Amino acid sequence: MAIDPLLKLLAQKARYTHQELADLLSLNEAEVAAKMADYEANGTILGYQTMVNPELAGNTNVSAFIEVKLTPERDGGFDRVAMRIAKFDQVDACYLMSGGYDLNVVVTGADLLEVARFVSEKLSTIGGVISTATHFKLKTYKKNGLLFSVEEPEGRLSVAP
Amino acid sequence: MDYSTKISTQVASVPRSGIRDFFELVQGREDVISLGVGEPDFTTPWHIREAAIYSLEKGQTSYTSNLGLVKLRKLISGYVSDFFKVDYSADTDVLVSVGVSEAIDLALRALINPGDEVIFHEPCYVSYSPSIVMAHGVAVPVATTKQDGFVLKAGALEKVITPKSRVLMLNFPTNPTGAIAPREDLEEIAALCIKHDLIVLTDEIYSELIYDEEPHTSIASLPGMKERCILLHGFSKAFAMTGFRLGYACGPAPLVDAMMKIHQYSMLCAPMTSQVAAIEALQNGAKAVAEMKESYHQRRDYMVRRLQEMGIDCHLPGGAFYVFPDIRKFGMTSKDFAMRLLEATNVAAVPGDAFGDSGEGFLRCCYATSMEQIVEAMNRMEKFVISL
Repeated sequence: MAIDPLLKLLAQKARYTHQELADLLSLNEAEVAAKMADYEANGTILGYQTMVNPELAGNTNVSAFIEVKLTPERDGGFDRVAMRIAKFDQVDACYLMSGGYDLNVVVTGADLLEVARFVSEKLSTIGGVISTATHFKLKTYKKNGLLFSVEEPEGRLSVAP
Repeated sequence: MDYSTKISTQVASVPRSGIRDFFELVQGREDVISLGVGEPDFTTPWHIREAAIYSLEKGQTSYTSNLGLVKLRKLISGYVSDFFKVDYSADTDVLVSVGVSEAIDLALRALINPGDEVIFHEPCYVSYSPSIVMAHGVAVPVATTKQDGFVLKAGALEKVITPKSRVLMLNFPTNPTGAIAPREDLEEIAALCIKHDLIVLTDEIYSELIYDEEPHTSIASLPGMKERCILLHGFSKAFAMTGFRLGYACGPAPLVDAMMKIHQYSMLCAPMTSQVAAIEALQNGAKAVAEMKESYHQRRDYMVRRLQEMGIDCHLPGGAFYVFPDIRKFGMTSKDFAMRLLEATNVAAVPGDAFGDSGEGFLRCCYATSMEQIVEAMNRMEKFVISL
């Protein structure tokens, strides 16, 4: 199924105005607004976020990628426990994985101690969690398709054949 | 020393490019929004750049076969077969060149004897007429009109055919008009080429970038035409690889061989780094091409709509990334309009007469620039038009 070009554009840049989207898609503003409202209502559009480079923003939080092994449940497999973990505010992302472990949980905290406390006191004590392995993130190069350093290519000629 | 006596008549007879003049005017100005650039605004997709870097790391820095790397020629042969529906042998029918521009020069020099006439449709890419003249041919332009969507009509073509006519050059989609030629028109043109025994150079550089009617038809794919066509294509536009300078010619082996004679002594081969990048482009570039095309399509529709809303007559260009609005109703030459637009609004668009006399009265506005710039350029142009 082809993805609606409206969604592709919003995934690139959430700050497009309705007018700009209408211009790009040859729609009118009201049609864009109605489509977006539908997508928001049915959960296709989950939200609109700004990608911030934490280093430049002065954010000193630390993040860890945690490999979690779980015991699957008779009804629903990993879903119930995974959602229970995902709902913690400290959890940025939570993925069910193939391979050597079951969940990849991304946890953010003010410092190493806070993340460690969350893992030892909350995450690892949840029923069904067999083990955790915590890997701290050292540096981000790219996230959600955006590079974290600005590369300025040589300018094009202003007029060319 | 009087150097003017030292320069060949052929070269001296070629006028300076109108684009060059305009470029120099724009160069001196700050904060210009340029709709005057004839190349993609996208950087070459990273996987293609990375393949080029890797080839340098591996030390692939030598000459290649004059015709180009065998692997690349095989991929070109496969791509042309899939896309244009014409089969060429990778061994004998494909020549990798330094951009389509070199391939045009090679073909003209290989085909033309002094005084032979070469027919081409105008408005057209700026190099056609000079390339013909520098190959000692006689340039015979055929004007196309907005009423015909800037498509070459067989009737107009037949009027200029003489016993000296030897080559017909085609470029659909067209720079600067964005015109695409319907199959029926190409069939009529093909019949004339067969009747008058013309060789056709078909410059297909924009053929991936068509937005309304697909698939693209090349005249080389029509019955009886492969044997009299040289199909010219390259990587600059669809793959956003202008700076790699890589193109190719596909045609009957004796013609490609004749072109190769010139190429081997003048260029030797296309740069290996670019050839390796082109291999990656053909193997894995389709997704990036489709994404860029979708973006051009959106921008084309927007620019055409805005121009029409401000009362500027403008045909819907089916391909390439140019809009060619008609500014005759303002009672100014293309140059005057472009100059006043630049001075009043800092928006640069190329005067249509840079692409031949029949481009007079039009402007070439390229939409291969960011949407923000296009919106701002259209806003400024609208104010300018109201002020006239």
